[in-house]
Amino acid sequence: MILVIARKELKILFGSPLAWILLALVQLVLAWIFLAHLDTFLQIQPQLVRIANPPGATETIIAPVFAMAAIVLLMITPLLTARLIAEERRNHTMTFLISAPISMIDIVLGKFLGLMVFFSIMIMLVVMLSMSLLAGGPLDFGLLLSNVAGLFLIAACFASLGLYFSCLSAHPAIAAAGALGALLILWVLDIAAGDDKDSVTRDLSLLAHYENFNRGMIDTFDLAYFSLFVLVFLVLSIRRLDKERLRG
Amino acid sequence: MTEQIASPTISARSLSRYFGNRVAVREINLELKHGEILGLLGPNGAGKTTIMRMLTGNLAPSAGCVEICGIDLLDKPRDAKACIGYLPEIPPLYRELTVNEYLQFAARLHRLSNAEIQFALDRVIHRCGLDDAGKRLIGSLSKGYQQRVGIAQAIIHDPGVIILDEPTVGLDPNQIREIRTLIRELGTERSVILSTHLLPEVESICDRVQIMHKGSTVLSDSLNNLKQKGISLEETFMQFTMDTENPKSSSSP
Repeated sequence: MILVIARKELKILFGSPLAWILLALVQLVLAWIFLAHLDTFLQIQPQLVRIANPPGATETIIAPVFAMAAIVLLMITPLLTARLIAEERRNHTMTFLISAPISMIDIVLGKFLGLMVFFSIMIMLVVMLSMSLLAGGPLDFGLLLSNVAGLFLIAACFASLGLYFSCLSAHPAIAAAGALGALLILWVLDIAAGDDKDSVTRDLSLLAHYENFNRGMIDTFDLAYFSLFVLVFLVLSIRRLDKERLRG
Repeated sequence: MTEQIASPTISARSLSRYFGNRVAVREINLELKHGEILGLLGPNGAGKTTIMRMLTGNLAPSAGCVEICGIDLLDKPRDAKACIGYLPEIPPLYRELTVNEYLQFAARLHRLSNAEIQFALDRVIHRCGLDDAGKRLIGSLSKGYQQRVGIAQAIIHDPGVIILDEPTVGLDPNQIREIRTLIRELGTERSVILSTHLLPEVESICDRVQIMHKGSTVLSDSLNNLKQKGISLEETFMQFTMDTENPKSSSSP
């Protein structure tokens, strides 16, 4: 049943220009940054050779592209998540899903899964962009893999938070604004921490956890944080929809 | 209509629903047998839609129980919901999908296998007169066709109970006649509950009528009985729902 919902989500998403425009824009922005970093890398390469343990192409080009990709995803996720539940309410199709012999869990997970498939396509495009460097030399696949894993996890966090905000509202625009606001706060939260590595605000910030993946370090604390984050917001969404049935 | 002796396909006992302090539905009993069409009548705000939402699992009742085809809706919502087809007041349609895509999705949600889906799709498309609309986007269809798609999604899984909330609102007279014929056909092999404001509609297609007023049932009888007693539905309706001189009955918790 989860797959049936996910399939419908993707059909409607790719039936509208929104998905295609977002895919194209993200690719354009990331390709631009990729080229800029490639240019810098080529300029400083002669100096890099003189250093004992020089950073490779993966570190100087791909890692910054992935760092930017996370911020781009943060900006576009609210556009995609806002419609998930809010639009169903607005079109009165929520009744249709609730009257069907499926549970709220199926509905929420189906919608989440559909969005994650879309994000996977987007991440695949970024990976292909990085792979184009293979034409010029070897890549550090360990670092690339850690970046991909990080980006996928942080996308899951954005999606679950956006989904929850969509459950709260009957108006997609309000859901989008709410989700964007919450994501921005979670992004800048660690600024308050300054250089303090053990600060609580730093522990709560989404992007701070992503930085480790970006540097090629997969930490169990980050993994736990991301999984808990996704789990909490998915459970909250399900509970919120169930409560609506009780309250009316 | 032939009376069938069978266990009720839908039965609701002392169903109540409060919204805060306001009583929307008070102690409603409702029972329907196989092959019966029940007309739910009442002025606006009488609680018809609330009852339908409770019967279809969209709203949890404050008290009382609902059984669909012998399955308790609150205990086993999934099994019970599989026996219901529901068309809400505003048809729940995805404007971005074509009629075929939408009906396939509805069939999948009701756990029909791939082999059954094609068969069910052909059947409802033919039945609801959508033969030439299958590949069109729902958003581009006229109101009458959209209403038919709404009915098609309610019957695609061949449910035992069909619940239609004001199915003929906003249609032209020809479309109304077609939909009524369809409902009458459906009613011969299933149970149908329909809500409406139109008294002639009830007289022409229903077997039984239940009149609601301010959340309570004020009359529940078969149309044959009413006819035999020589009571006109319109007079009864007016008599029960126009009691403005009786302020005692205004809703209070």
